[in-house]
Amino acid sequence: MTTVTMTVNGKSVSREVESRTLLSAFLRDGLNLTGTHIGCDTSQCGACTVHVDGKAVKACTMFALEAEGAEVGTIEGQSSHGKLNTIQEAFKEHHGLQCGFCTPGMVMTTAALLKDNPTPSEAQIRAHLEGNICRCTGYHNIVKAIMAASGQDVSAIAAA
Amino acid sequence: MPKDINEVVGRREDARFLTGTGRYTDDITQHNQAAAVFARSPIANGIIRKIDVSAAEAMPGVLAIFTGEDFTEVGGNPAGWMINSRDGSPMHEPKRPVLAHGKVRHVGDAYAAVIAETPEQAQDAMEAIDADFEELPAIVDMAAALSGDDYVHDEIGTNQCFDWGWIEDNRAATDAAIQGAHHVTTLELVNNRLVPNAMEPRCSMASYHPATEEYVLHTTSQNPHLTRLLISAFVLGIPENKLTVIAPDVGGGFGSKIYHYGEEALVLAAAKKLGRPVKWTADRTEAFLTDAHGRDHVTKIELALDAEGNFLAFRTETMANVGAYLSNFSTATPTFLHGTLMAGNYTVPNVYVNVKAVFTNTAPVDAYRGAGRPEATYSIERVIDKAARELGMDPITLRRQNFVKPDQYPFASAAGLEYDSGNYDALMDRMEEIADLGGFTARRAASEAKGMWRGLGINAYIEACGIAPSNLVGVLGSRVGLYDAATVRVNATGNLSVMVGAHSHGQGHETAFPDIVADMLGINAASIDIVHGDTSKIPFGMGTYGSRSLAVCGSAVVRATEKIIVKAKKIAAHMLEASDLDIELKDGVFSVAGTNSSVSFGEVALKAYIPHDFPITEIEPGLEETAFYDPANFTYPSGAYCCEVEVDPETGKVSVERFTAVDDFGNVINPMIVTGQVHGGLGQGIGQALLEHTTYDENGQLLSASYMDYTMPRADDLPFFHVDHSQGTPCTHNPLGVKGCGEAGAIGSPPTVVNAVIDALNSGGKPVTHLDMPLTPHRVWSAMQTV
Ligand code: FES
Ligand code: FES
Repeated sequence: MTTVTMTVNGKSVSREVESRTLLSAFLRDGLNLTGTHIGCDTSQCGACTVHVDGKAVKACTMFALEAEGAEVGTIEGQSSHGKLNTIQEAFKEHHGLQCGFCTPGMVMTTAALLKDNPTPSEAQIRAHLEGNICRCTGYHNIVKAIMAASGQDVSAIAAA
Repeated sequence: MPKDINEVVGRREDARFLTGTGRYTDDITQHNQAAAVFARSPIANGIIRKIDVSAAEAMPGVLAIFTGEDFTEVGGNPAGWMINSRDGSPMHEPKRPVLAHGKVRHVGDAYAAVIAETPEQAQDAMEAIDADFEELPAIVDMAAALSGDDYVHDEIGTNQCFDWGWIEDNRAATDAAIQGAHHVTTLELVNNRLVPNAMEPRCSMASYHPATEEYVLHTTSQNPHLTRLLISAFVLGIPENKLTVIAPDVGGGFGSKIYHYGEEALVLAAAKKLGRPVKWTADRTEAFLTDAHGRDHVTKIELALDAEGNFLAFRTETMANVGAYLSNFSTATPTFLHGTLMAGNYTVPNVYVNVKAVFTNTAPVDAYRGAGRPEATYSIERVIDKAARELGMDPITLRRQNFVKPDQYPFASAAGLEYDSGNYDALMDRMEEIADLGGFTARRAASEAKGMWRGLGINAYIEACGIAPSNLVGVLGSRVGLYDAATVRVNATGNLSVMVGAHSHGQGHETAFPDIVADMLGINAASIDIVHGDTSKIPFGMGTYGSRSLAVCGSAVVRATEKIIVKAKKIAAHMLEASDLDIELKDGVFSVAGTNSSVSFGEVALKAYIPHDFPITEIEPGLEETAFYDPANFTYPSGAYCCEVEVDPETGKVSVERFTAVDDFGNVINPMIVTGQVHGGLGQGIGQALLEHTTYDENGQLLSASYMDYTMPRADDLPFFHVDHSQGTPCTHNPLGVKGCGEAGAIGSPPTVVNAVIDALNSGGKPVTHLDMPLTPHRVWSAMQTV
């Protein structure tokens, strides 16, 4: 067991972890931040996406110890006092989620995308979501929500 | 009757899912919880010679190890549907034990389970189990399974589970119609095997309270009552009143979470033995190896036509893979959810379907989104397209010519169903308009100008969902009823809790169902909450699958609310000193007809619980009603779909350029949710057509057991969809007039896509008549080289 210290959603945390503990397991089991989901074992699904030092990272591909000293952001840090942020609002308004399991990862990936590219095209959004699998929505409303969250007019896209 | 409610912004479920505060089973941790990990067979078929757990037992943190020996005294996980073969003999139903005993029968078949303090310790100990198998030849290919003399279940002595004919009495007439036909189109096809892949892997957590002998099972289920029933009545014999099954937030199901799985029984047994909560969470590899798969049919279909293009007969022979054991709905899926749909949208007079179900050393196969109807639709709509091409007829004209017409309802199909309503020409009209078929020639020219081949595929489907009337399914072999239940509880302060037997795992019931009650009572839906997924809170329920939630459970909600209104009127009549026959309910206010004397719904609710002056012999206190609703028939959604693809002649890569889905779902309560359901189904159907494939090698090893090997549809595989449900013809037999919408997209889209690709290849001068799904670049490119 080794002690790891990092900042998660703005709060400094310190815990004992095994060297094999993944960041995803650390967040879920160590900190009870269960919004970070585990959907696969090959780093393909993106349900576990978090931010590490401002970049979108699959938390299942990192050991907790590798996040020593890092600034980690999870889905739980995206809304403040129950108020949804712009991306979350857009997902809600455009029905960009059904079962909700992929949703935290989708929101975290979107936040990172819009930081780098504030008005992505449909094709750029679809390409960027390559690492996030959703089985429920057929992606239509996710892509639409991301376009809306970036301030683009989505009224011409086939109505929901 | 509820109207369309168009001003919906989002769903009630959304806030918790968007903020990471949903409660999926694996998110729940109990005090003193232990972890279960399963030891799974590395081979497809073999005799268990030895399972030595002594080294594993000595590993750190290990609390208990179970093997098949521990469950020889308990029951097995049953098939929910008894099918008889053509000769009248019952199907073969091998025992499906909690853990494999004697033999392992597919890669992933669990033969032991380790319980330890942590999942990591359990995993380490599992790897220390010393198991020895005598490997036997794997039975993988269905045709070989039927002709060979190695058996998945030696005690049965055949790999044929059943040989079913539908309708056996129609066989001779169908044969004769084909014999004498002007033209017969024949097609052999494979409906590819799929892995459902709900994004949340299965997870089960059990606890046991010795003092009360009560168990609680949290599990990823689409139907917690059904799971309880199976565990209680068939597997472990725990009395139903001592077992609570809770399916909290569930991250998608698509069929795979209908069924009871051995892991649920194992954690219950372990929790009792240890007196501690025990949790198991599947990883994705386990999901690939052990979740019930879908489809996997090999079919030969013939369509007979007269000289004018009128359909005379459909005849099919199908081999349906059921895998190594019978999963709960596995015998119903290729039979009554498939054969009964083999008349499609057509007035064809003769239909005969033969289905042989085959055991193989592969994971069990069961209902996956659409369940039998996608297989039926694919066969019918592909052979019609092939016939149109052979006869030089327009595929839309040929279909329209044979459609059941609006004045023919109720229509008795040649496959034994009674369609209650529909208007297939109206759907086709609307599809042609939205898809802009008039502009196709120009779009094809534009594609060709960039060196691409463009194809147009169309499709008409009908499906039967909202399963179904208990009396009918009982006659057909179902071992359960298929009604649903709801309790409407009006609390004293005027808000409502509505307990429903349907389970929401993405369908948005918490948003849609309150609108039904609010509309009937004339009150604000915000004061109504839905309770689901907990057998200790809801009266009963058959759960959510087969697009049944709104049609069946929604109707139960209507019936329970009607009872509330009857009683509330009595209370209002008492308060207003009038006859209950004179009480009218409008906008949440009860008034005496023709007077201005009235009481509000809230006042009536309060009075029901503070009945100081009640005529107690006439009215009981309280305001709570339960209804069980058993439908009179299936509901019959239908649709007209259109797809345009581009095929790259250099690489064989297919891209879906446009997709239009026009569906008849009857009345629509929440258009946003309905549209989302169609989108999801289209994603899965296009995935089946182009990307998804489950491959076992000849040794029964699953080659496609991860997201590196099994192609899930990603955002850049799909276009924006055009979805329309403006042409609804209300269901005639449920009080809401609704039809199921959950599976339509997955039923209608695969043949649409394949028809489009075949059209594109033909336009490029490659007269390909058929390709089996998935239409990967390799398959398409190879076909171009051989014709
Ligand atoms: S759980 Fe991390 S990518 Fe799937
Ligand atoms: S909403 Fe269910 S997986 Fe995306």
